[in-house]
Amino acid sequence: MTSIWVYTQEQQGEPAAIALELVAKARSLGTVTSVYVGTGSQAAFATLGEHGVSAVIHIDPGHQLPAAAVAHALAGLVETAPPDLIMFGQAYDDRDVAGRLAARLGRSVLANAIDIEVGEATTTRHEIFGGSKIATATVTGPAPHIVLARPKSFAPEPAGGPAPTVTVVAPADPGRSSAVIKDSHAEEKEGPQLEEAAVIVTGGRGLGSADKYGLVEQVARPLNAATGATRAIVDAGWVPYSKQVGQTGKTVKPDVYIACGVSGAMQHLVGMKDSKTIIAINKDPDAPIFGVADLGIVGDVNNVLPKLIEALNQRS
Amino acid sequence: MNVVVCVKQIPDPAGPYSLEPDSHWLVRPAEQVLDDTDRYGVEMGLQIAQANQGTVTLVSMGPAGSMQGLRQALAMGADGAVSIDDPTLRGSDALLTARVLAAAISRRPFDLVIAGTESTDGYSGIVPQMLAEFLDVPALTYAKQVVVDNGAITINRQTAVGYDVVDATLPALVSVTAGVVEPRYPTFKGIMDAKKKPVEVLTLADLGIEPGIDQKVTSIADAPSRQAGQTIEDDGEAHLRIIELLESMKVI
Repeated sequence: MTSIWVYTQEQQGEPAAIALELVAKARSLGTVTSVYVGTGSQAAFATLGEHGVSAVIHIDPGHQLPAAAVAHALAGLVETAPPDLIMFGQAYDDRDVAGRLAARLGRSVLANAIDIEVGEATTTRHEIFGGSKIATATVTGPAPHIVLARPKSFAPEPAGGPAPTVTVVAPADPGRSSAVIKDSHAEEKEGPQLEEAAVIVTGGRGLGSADKYGLVEQVARPLNAATGATRAIVDAGWVPYSKQVGQTGKTVKPDVYIACGVSGAMQHLVGMKDSKTIIAINKDPDAPIFGVADLGIVGDVNNVLPKLIEALNQRS
Repeated sequence: MNVVVCVKQIPDPAGPYSLEPDSHWLVRPAEQVLDDTDRYGVEMGLQIAQANQGTVTLVSMGPAGSMQGLRQALAMGADGAVSIDDPTLRGSDALLTARVLAAAISRRPFDLVIAGTESTDGYSGIVPQMLAEFLDVPALTYAKQVVVDNGAITINRQTAVGYDVVDATLPALVSVTAGVVEPRYPTFKGIMDAKKKPVEVLTLADLGIEPGIDQKVTSIADAPSRQAGQTIEDDGEAHLRIIELLESMKVI
């Protein structure tokens, strides 16, 4: 039976959402052990059990960044009893631990996977060129193979399993690689969130200037929509990074995605092209966003959006 | 203070990307550009070096070509560059890339290594962490703000819910997010000076590394395409089409 570890970062006392997505996939491939990194609780472990995790390796790095402290501890465990596969999410702490662990073990990593098969080799699928092509890749060599999967590639699915067995493993002393978390800040969350909203309105550079992002917010309000942004306007400092949709930001799959002044760069498309219905407004008729849009409007967002806002507000 | 900034030359993202037959490697023209996300790391390196009487050395792996991308970073003000270019590095994965960068960087004493969070063309997003492991230094990742003071480094690290303040001692590696600093535009003098700055070109033999890559792309297929939509010209009433569509979906 294929043995799989799933990296599970604790987030606000619970297993991170991406970890439960990975567990759902891992369960279809073999027996699942969660490498749970955080304070830990019976409730959190029970959640993992419900999702089909049979065993938990619990590591609490305390105030250390998980990277070296956890990766070095895992490398020790791998030496004695290697699993066949270790799955991580394409997420902050996951990438830190995966990178250091793979370097320590000398393993090639398949990153940004959207699907995984196990066998003699581990085979993964990846979206490239903004999702217009699918690449199939394999990794060979000694176990464990290491895969990082993109968020929302798999649907989390409780299976109703019993509480898993829990083994506590001490974090390693990271020595020269020590990095200490002094303080944590949570950003104020306002309004509908990108990850959950049924409707998302996103702004890009076609808006023209930072103050025009207000139009995006005004369209969003009557629709109870979350607001998003392209990398270009996040880099330009118009809106915070937490609004970024795309390869380096959030992956979203809402019912309706309204792209305002978004050209549709590869790195943006990969984060939103699986939305059920896509509406795009852009001045450039050749903009790639029209290639994925169900309704494309060639026009200036600064003309179309004020009229749209007025029409929406008249209805509500 | 010796500051090293990892940079990458990539095919111009404005042009269409294509793959070589059989190998499925990205086609890399001789003229490549500096990965836009690396401009933040270069700027950060220049600011820290200036405040600490240091120097900035660029390190880059990949087909050097015309070195246009490297010269862009040198024109911003970096002091020199190391370019590792070897035909056996074609199709490198993150692991081999990190091994090569680590070998090139550890030839000289360093205090701080700066990298982008991920490249625009490869975006595995794990090279900085692997590099830190090979160098045995802390990896301060996803930095939104960086302060170096008296042998210590403190960053604001982007997290899923906000940010953490993270401390370590030098030497260390930091990976920066876009927007961490405002990258400067090269001056005319900077562009002229960049042509004369030293670029050391190394092969794998120079670093004593045997290439080895355990992964490969086996096939490429078209993604299932979306049903073609409708694109219309705004005649002043196009917003009504959006309203109609939202109504038909019962969103409003």
